[in-house]
Amino acid sequence: MNRDGLLSNIATGRCMEKPIALGISIAMLTVVATSSAQQARDVAAARDATAIAAPLAPLGDSAGTWVTPAKDYAGTRYSSLDKITTANVSRLKEQWSYTTGIKDGHEGQPLVVNGTMYIVTPFPDKLIAFDLSKPGPAKKWEYAPPVDPVSFGKACCDDVNRGAAYADGKIVYNTLDNHTIAVNAETGKLEWSTKLGDPNTGETMTMAPLIVNGKVIVGDSGGEMAVWGWATALDLKTGRIIWRARNTGPDRDVRIGPNFKPYYKWMQGKDLGVSSWRGQQWKVGGAAVWGWVTYDPELNLIYYGTSNPGVWNPDMRPGDNLWSVTIWARNPDTGEAKWAYQFTPHDQWDYDGVNENILADLEINGAMRKVLVHFDRNGFGYTIDRATGQVIVAEPFKPVNWASKIDLTTGRPVVNPDKETHQGRLTKNICPSSTGGKDEQPAAFSPQTKLFYVPSTNVCMDYGGIETKYISGTPYVGAAVRMYAGPGGNGARGEFLAWDATTGKKVWGITEKFPVWSGTLVTAGGVVFYGTLDGDFKAVDAKTGTVLWKTHFDSGIVGNPIAYTGPDGKQYIAVYSGVGGWMGAIVPGHLSIDDPWAALGAVGAVPDLPSVTKPGGTLHVFAVE
Amino acid sequence: MLARAFGALLIVPMAALLLANSARAPELAHVAPRAFRVCADPNNMPFSSRDGGGFENRIAERLARDLDLPVEYTWLPQGRGFVRKTLNAGLCDVIMGVPHSYDMVRTTKPYFRSTYAFVYRTGSAYAVRTMDDSVLTHLRIGIHIIGDDYQNTPPAEALAARGIIDNVTGFPIFGDYSKRDPAAAIIHSVARDSIDVAIVWGPFAGYFAPRERTPLTVVPLPNAVDESGQPFAYDISLGVRHADSAFAARLDSLLAQDHEAIDGILRSYRVPLLPLLPLQSTQSHESPLPQ
Repeated sequence: MNRDGLLSNIATGRCMEKPIALGISIAMLTVVATSSAQQARDVAAARDATAIAAPLAPLGDSAGTWVTPAKDYAGTRYSSLDKITTANVSRLKEQWSYTTGIKDGHEGQPLVVNGTMYIVTPFPDKLIAFDLSKPGPAKKWEYAPPVDPVSFGKACCDDVNRGAAYADGKIVYNTLDNHTIAVNAETGKLEWSTKLGDPNTGETMTMAPLIVNGKVIVGDSGGEMAVWGWATALDLKTGRIIWRARNTGPDRDVRIGPNFKPYYKWMQGKDLGVSSWRGQQWKVGGAAVWGWVTYDPELNLIYYGTSNPGVWNPDMRPGDNLWSVTIWARNPDTGEAKWAYQFTPHDQWDYDGVNENILADLEINGAMRKVLVHFDRNGFGYTIDRATGQVIVAEPFKPVNWASKIDLTTGRPVVNPDKETHQGRLTKNICPSSTGGKDEQPAAFSPQTKLFYVPSTNVCMDYGGIETKYISGTPYVGAAVRMYAGPGGNGARGEFLAWDATTGKKVWGITEKFPVWSGTLVTAGGVVFYGTLDGDFKAVDAKTGTVLWKTHFDSGIVGNPIAYTGPDGKQYIAVYSGVGGWMGAIVPGHLSIDDPWAALGAVGAVPDLPSVTKPGGTLHVFAVE
Repeated sequence: MLARAFGALLIVPMAALLLANSARAPELAHVAPRAFRVCADPNNMPFSSRDGGGFENRIAERLARDLDLPVEYTWLPQGRGFVRKTLNAGLCDVIMGVPHSYDMVRTTKPYFRSTYAFVYRTGSAYAVRTMDDSVLTHLRIGIHIIGDDYQNTPPAEALAARGIIDNVTGFPIFGDYSKRDPAAAIIHSVARDSIDVAIVWGPFAGYFAPRERTPLTVVPLPNAVDESGQPFAYDISLGVRHADSAFAARLDSLLAQDHEAIDGILRSYRVPLLPLLPLQSTQSHESPLPQ
């Protein structure tokens, strides 16, 4: 089956509204002269990207831009813009919108730099630029990469893209078929494209890059497809691969050397990425890198998490299965590991460790600590010393019963044997479910309130029993998992909460009917923004959790809001609607939100879902009037 | 619902489809179907193939002929999301092979029943007949694997229940999709002596084993359900959207009418066939398997 054949095949089915050019190669570079004014703007933007926000210094002229996925290297999603406040946010009105024409999950967030906004759509991963100096939506150009449609059939969890990063006049992002590409921010012409994996074997890319020290840090998706997970660094100028670090296997492949100093003893030793598995299982061990990357310039360390251990059921892979569900601290220039911490050794519940690691400097027990804060799928909120990997605080932010606590002496969870999963055994009422206390949708941190704002899920599950498993040649059969609302929410399956990471305590929470599957923005105006799966976009008082304003979109929100200053000097808020993502793709009919597409196919099968939300894909831009 | 179900059989251009998806209820009622629209994997022998060479293609042609309609395909590699992106996106109306208890779709009455099988080199010193054969503790065993959420193929689960782990090699179920017959690597590995025995789904074994130059023996597992409780034998049905009950009923009657012809097609692909059990009503969420 050649690629053209497949292309035409799938074109008859979907998505290929027009033929796409094949055969663009890495060599096809377009060099564009940049004006000195352009360069000056680039410098300002680069300063923005390099300003770590922990503690957050004022970002000066570039405060109004949004050049890196989580606003800053620290991943705070905090905007120092303060024109939209708790007092005037109720006058927020939609200024313009743009419908992408693609009805898959719109995760990720726009970028804003040099008076231009950039959005990346779900597959086929189009990059669209808008001129913000004109009445919106003023489309400037669109770049459509030649994405191999085979990847559309391989991506597990909807064909999402979590966005781009800007540096040095380039917009850099990943395509579903495993290319990292750089597009000239001014002209929309491809500058370089580097292939990093083969979608034919099940590997895809969905995460947003982080650009550090002239290097583009990216990672793969596809833990459910027996991949050998990795992160890699590319030269921002050329796209050349500088290093690649695997997440299982021998130390050589994992880039563990003499400087590797994990805090806890059980993660010290040679080739643990092999010996913590049986036989050759590490080779198909999963542990992909599909979440977010953050960076501390002072320590010169990047941080990212790995996904669940792959392929075999837990009974077939005794051992800790390192380095799955693990956070890495690495040198971005060499890829060398400095420390690691595995959240859930021998993960039996699909608790990927890919969620964002937000960097902050916090006073804990009277001492200032350089920490990272991570809200894991496993339901614990971790406050970790980001220089050493020591866990300082680990407390449940959602109902948790798979473990009674994290032992801070050993760093290991104290697992509840009743909630272990074994094949052939039905394990009931495991909290949280595989969807996690929280998934990839990122939290935010405000240096004003010192609070973290966390979109969360309150769902538990029954696992196991004898079900139809996977049979070759038939569609994927799905999981033998039943999910339902967790305790305490009176049937509600989500909560948006504020968290004090110095103590591991919830400060306030807003109960939501559905899991909160959008990201978060917090601003110097004291306002927090988030969205719901059924399409509400809300502004909340960062101190009290009082809802100050909300609006409703036709399609649910799984994207991440941003704030920026327009060329007119006004502060704007932008967010996508467009329900989808994992929640939309995996849960087979046991949550009412599980599959909007199924409900809204041409036949309109399920009567209750259309009233809740429907597929969509729209960029919305707001300002105070 | 009948008219609407068949309305979905229209050949709808992409733009119209997107519109239909966003609208509350597309006005497609009262229009006769123009094609028998099949959701299929273009590189999934012996089940389906873009060149029409799979047994599901042949059965689709037969059913379409009964309905006096042309067959029209929406091709997508199978895997998680297949149903959502094809059938439930309204791009096609029937999936030709799903386990009868598969609850993502409405299933018809089963049209065949098969089971897992051992495949090994003919003339080997071992003649594996059951999962409890002691040689399985030391032979090099190959099985298909899938990495997600701890679900796996039935032999993977049955071997794990016996503690047989270290001598088992997993072959990713979807293989390298850029190659023809991506999942057949496991059978090549038996022929090449890099594993001793493969335990694979019967239709797959029956089709690929005779295609190797090395003579291979196919032995269906004798028991429908493993002592661990893991089923090996499955009833296979057609799958349609849950709402399309009338279409499913129509397909049920066609399957009954064409029973012998369909059996003939399956036999020509050497699908190991077990007798269908006499229970099934259309769409059951209960396991049809005897305990």
